[in-house]
Amino acid sequence: MTKRSRRLFYTVAMLGLMLAGRPAFAADTIKIAYIDPFSGPFASGGDEFLKIFKVLFDRENAKGGALGRKFELVPFDDKLQPAEALIALKSVADQNIHFVMQCTGSNVGAALIDAVAKHNARNPDNRIIYLNCGALATELTNENCDFWQFRFAGNVEMRAAARIKSLPASIKKVYLLNQDYLFGQSIQHDTKKWLAKLRPDIQIVGDELMPFGKVQDFSPYIAKIKASGAQSVITGNYNRDLNLLIKAAVDDGLDVRFDTFLGHLIGGPTAIGAAGENRMTSVYEYSGNVPVDLKVPEAEKFDNEWRAKHSTDFSTINFMTMLDMLAQAIDKAGSTDPLKVALALEDMHAKDMVGQENIMRKEDHQLLLPYYVGVFSKDVKYDSEHTGFGWKTIMTASTADETLPTTCKMKRPAS
Amino acid sequence: MEIVLISLLNGLVYGMLLFMLASGLTLIFSMMGVLNFAHASIYMIGAYLAFTVSRFIGFFPALIIAPILCGLLGAGIEVWGLRRVHQNGHIAELLFTFGLVFIIQRGVQMTWGMLPMAYRVPQILDFPLFTLFGANFPAYRGFMLLISAGMLLGTWLLLKKTRVGLIIQAALTHPQMASSLGHNVPAVFTIVFAGGCLLAGLAGVIGGNYQTTEPGMADAMGPIVFVVVVFGGLGSLAGCFIASIIMGMVQTFAVVIDYSLIDLVKPLGISITADNLLTEILTVPVSRIGALLPFAMMILMLLFRPRGLLGTRDT
Repeated sequence: MTKRSRRLFYTVAMLGLMLAGRPAFAADTIKIAYIDPFSGPFASGGDEFLKIFKVLFDRENAKGGALGRKFELVPFDDKLQPAEALIALKSVADQNIHFVMQCTGSNVGAALIDAVAKHNARNPDNRIIYLNCGALATELTNENCDFWQFRFAGNVEMRAAARIKSLPASIKKVYLLNQDYLFGQSIQHDTKKWLAKLRPDIQIVGDELMPFGKVQDFSPYIAKIKASGAQSVITGNYNRDLNLLIKAAVDDGLDVRFDTFLGHLIGGPTAIGAAGENRMTSVYEYSGNVPVDLKVPEAEKFDNEWRAKHSTDFSTINFMTMLDMLAQAIDKAGSTDPLKVALALEDMHAKDMVGQENIMRKEDHQLLLPYYVGVFSKDVKYDSEHTGFGWKTIMTASTADETLPTTCKMKRPAS
Repeated sequence: MEIVLISLLNGLVYGMLLFMLASGLTLIFSMMGVLNFAHASIYMIGAYLAFTVSRFIGFFPALIIAPILCGLLGAGIEVWGLRRVHQNGHIAELLFTFGLVFIIQRGVQMTWGMLPMAYRVPQILDFPLFTLFGANFPAYRGFMLLISAGMLLGTWLLLKKTRVGLIIQAALTHPQMASSLGHNVPAVFTIVFAGGCLLAGLAGVIGGNYQTTEPGMADAMGPIVFVVVVFGGLGSLAGCFIASIIMGMVQTFAVVIDYSLIDLVKPLGISITADNLLTEILTVPVSRIGALLPFAMMILMLLFRPRGLLGTRDT
């Protein structure tokens, strides 16, 4: 190395150190790692969640944090790749961070459950709790359940149960259209299960898996749906696969309902717009109109503050509940020791922002929470993403309704 | 019968959209030998520019302005980028355009954000043109057909029937000779590249509101456009047109076919009951793997007829 290049090297190294240490908080913050895609084709989701978490962390810290210490958010990019997520987990462990959140992708979630369990078995003095805020595949709290995972989002089956319950009695023929990968197949499976259970009178006139994110032209699907005579299309599609589907249906003049699972996802209302009016429904944890219906002015105020600063909606009330519960558990445990915190989280009951009871079930570490089904309509107090249309709640599935049996056989740590 | 007719029409519209995108690429590819990976990215920029321009002065001015801006961008890329790397051969050009894809992608995300834009079909074209077996045929699809047909005719006339087209063809096949005769060959290259980008931009204006305008749109359209160009054959606008229509039809009809491989052998009295390694492959319906068919067709084409449908030289 010449003198000059060595100097360059030191400068770069210094810069790197400065950047790495940028959130220069006092050493006694409680660090929470957040692994999600911030680059690549799925970056939009991770980016939006990060904005939400920044607001929620400020809110939690304004309330006093936990044990008098503030929370600090440490993001890691996984590009929605399990391998990248595991690399991130490694550096989480190296930085002695005990809490990891991850909200996108069941494939990544499954990899994290496995890796965290192994890490904790090998490093009992440096354990990690995995806070799952959006890996939704039902099996992650059934056969793949693990003591170190806590899922703070309703799984596919809970959503499917609410989804089917909300179908009006007049619907007799449905068409299932889903993306051909783990999540879509999971939706397909659980939709059929709950149709058989709750609505045996409904006939499934079409059941189709389509390539994930590859279809450019949905008009052939529309022709097929039309030929089937379906009244409703039940679909787990999201983003482009949902936007284009509904657009094609409107262009074609096809008069069916779209009973979606994720129509409310960030960006969806903007892309779909008037095409979804009174025909698109979705299953969500929260919308701006929930506090109006439940008459909770504080929540409405929080929502209005969010709306004033952002062009997107705040809909992930479960993220807020997750941080509330975590702060409570740390306070209750009197330390940030992962085992103590995990035990404190088990069977915790907490009220969410709109006053509904949420329960962290001990058997499978699945959060039990209410779900709302709403229709995309002009007849609302608050619209979605400034489109003029918002989510009007037509059915509520209570926490008790959403308490579904689990097959989890959890291995609990000895000490 | 109904579904066949409707699918034919749908396939035609989709094929024409593919053609709009692929024609620019085939122009650049066959004339300059540059495989422009960034072609679909220019298409995306066209859609975003059209969205922004149409918010201020309406859709129809955007239909003219956005492609011209894309053409200028293309000219800039050629003059300041491609021309320099051209001396280092085709691999350098390939890598250059490959890098551009990521830079444009990130640039678009930083300028317009990561979420879809509310770029809609203009009101004046937002009505059903006619109804076929109870299914509407939107006027906008008719408009798309019109534009792409006009594009095909215009490009063909320009290349084959005008003096400019003659010089372009000469400069591209015999650059030294054309240069000796006093024609400015580098300028011709710039014009061809800019022209290709202009066509991509036009496709973006039309396709952006037909589909959705979002950062993923380049990734979604990129691969299929390459398939069309390779399948149609290098140096052939007509081949590109036929390939576009075929791909449009294949993808449209694949969706409505619910048969699988097992249905082919069923009449022979063979049936599979046990779960073995091949069960999945044999029983998956065509509709589920429809999006793969164009790629399979491209591979077959490369194996058995490397020059493509109407190509004039091997790939």
